[in-house]
Amino acid sequence: MIETGAVAALLAMLAIVGVAIARIRNLFGVVVLSGAYSFIMATALAALDAADVAMTEAAVGAGISTVLLLGALHLVGSLEAKPARRPAWPLAVVIFTGLLVAYGTHGLPAFSDPQSPIHRHVAPRYLEDGPRETGVPNVVTAVLASYRGYDTLGETTVVFAAGIGVIALLRRRRRKDGEGGP
Amino acid sequence: MKSDIILRVVAKILIPFALMFALYVQFHGDYGPGGGFQAGVVIAAAVVFYAVIFGLAAARRAVPEPVVESMVALGVLVYAGVGIAGLLLGGNFLDYFVLDPDPVHGQHRGIFWVEAGVGITVSGVMLKIFYIFAGRGRDFEEDS
Repeated sequence: MIETGAVAALLAMLAIVGVAIARIRNLFGVVVLSGAYSFIMATALAALDAADVAMTEAAVGAGISTVLLLGALHLVGSLEAKPARRPAWPLAVVIFTGLLVAYGTHGLPAFSDPQSPIHRHVAPRYLEDGPRETGVPNVVTAVLASYRGYDTLGETTVVFAAGIGVIALLRRRRRKDGEGGP
Repeated sequence: MKSDIILRVVAKILIPFALMFALYVQFHGDYGPGGGFQAGVVIAAAVVFYAVIFGLAAARRAVPEPVVESMVALGVLVYAGVGIAGLLLGGNFLDYFVLDPDPVHGQHRGIFWVEAGVGITVSGVMLKIFYIFAGRGRDFEEDS
């Protein structure tokens, strides 16, 4: 019960931070708030016992992204330009989509319902046979690296491709500026 | 930020522990939360921290750019290499059971190397992206 309350409070904080990010014009404040957003998210995930995801969120969202965004901020200046006209039409689209998504959640199974389809497919097998078959107590690792090894290979390749893409895009630009490579 | 003695001392104290924690997350991921992805990001974050405090040039000296670029590709190669090793030992691609006479040990071995591959590529990509972004700015370059 306390846990549910804590998660609800954290989600409310997330909503407040989200609105603040949308309203603030100072981009430095936006970057700091998005770091705070990630930390709150990581805390909520930790409260939901998803330690692996919480750790990733804290390191990527709050750590690396904040530094990268600050680096980008240094290049573009720190004040957001005022929009040319009032964003009534985009706002309507966003509100409509949000309501649609909220309506859609009523079709989902209740939170942590053991009878929901996702918990009745392969999850029981992983939980029951995973430690015996792989000898790895952390089921997350067993699923990620062993049962779903192909998927993780794909993910690693995606990270690799993203890195190569960034290198290919940004390195060429730097040479054109005449700054030269290292 | 090079001149701020508090930041420098705190960084010097914290960075070794951050790296140690990353290694713990990497190699203890079988038993506790974590794994290659988290460890790679924590390693990258520790080096980014070093670069923010001591300057990009110092970070480039500590972790040279060719090393980082090799890590980007090396991790994927290690991961796929585990798969090829499974093929060569008579199993399927990414079949860990054949990596050791004892199937459970084989699983351990496969997961260890696969996670190592993930960690190497993730930390390499994160660091490379940071180096490129920071290299385009001015304040990091002033230190060099």
